Amino acid sequence: MQVLLGVGGTPLSYQALDETIARAQEAGDELTVAVFASGAADASRDEVEQRVRETLAETDVPSTVRHVEGDPGSDLVTIANRESFDRIVLGSGERSPLGKIQLGSVAEFVLLNAQTPVTLVR
Amino acid sequence: MSPAFPDEPADSFPRPPRSFADGAGRTIDVERASDADAADLLAMYREFDPADRAQGIPPVQAEAIEQWLDTILAEDCVNVVARYDGAAVGHATLVPDGDIGYELAIFVLSEYQGAGIGTELVETLLGLGQAEGIEKVWLTVERWNDPAIALYKNVGFETSDAERFELEMGIRI
Repeated sequence: MQVLLGVGGTPLSYQALDETIARAQEAGDELTVAVFASGAADASRDEVEQRVRETLAETDVPSTVRHVEGDPGSDLVTIANRESFDRIVLGSGERSPLGKIQLGSVAEFVLLNAQTPVTLVR
Repeated sequence: MSPAFPDEPADSFPRPPRSFADGAGRTIDVERASDADAADLLAMYREFDPADRAQGIPPVQAEAIEQWLDTILAEDCVNVVARYDGAAVGHATLVPDGDIGYELAIFVLSEYQGAGIGTELVETLLGLGQAEGIEKVWLTVERWNDPAIALYKNVGFETSDAERFELEMGIRI
């Protein structure tokens, strides 16, 4: 399966990276990681990319790293459609001060607009 | 989170402790709650209808409920409990966000819903918040949760028009 994983630099996005790698190793998926700087994270896109590359370097999963240039949600949906990905994976669902789960704007956009199945890791 | 707040603060809200007759004629007592009430609140949340959960809270497992109560009954939070015959049947909480103000949530056991307890609980919580010097309170609510949205509007919360799954609402007290 061709999997498109969006990583924006939040803790949950790195958790999604770990889980997607583990799943890819079992299922033989090919992984494309699209990196961007989430407004909810305190990291630049370069920092996110570096961490993603370091994590992937420790695995033998066939993978590609690329950039999301414009609006992350919209670009992820466009890439998935245009390049015939089978699935989009995202980590989202941070908790509010009193514990309510809240999806980020990228995850909301992708869930509502994607034409491929979406896996939400939280 | 960037909820909108009304320009003007709300009028003063009632403060705990207080009692009222709910829509079903039951005498409900509302009082301030602290970590001393954790056991009573745990008992209430173990009865909570899973279908009434919102955005992942309250948790379902007893251990997770205890952990969650630990967080929201901490010193810097503001809590009120509604009791009928001594047992907790409703609970409302203000938790500091460390930035803008306080996040509000409210829970009423299903057999006590629709009797005005929620409105009284929220108003009494905001009254306690005023007494504590709190100025800004916000919440999120699922867009399809019409009874809750109507309750918050009625109390004086203003809606932000963020295009999210959840509606953001704020009040200045």
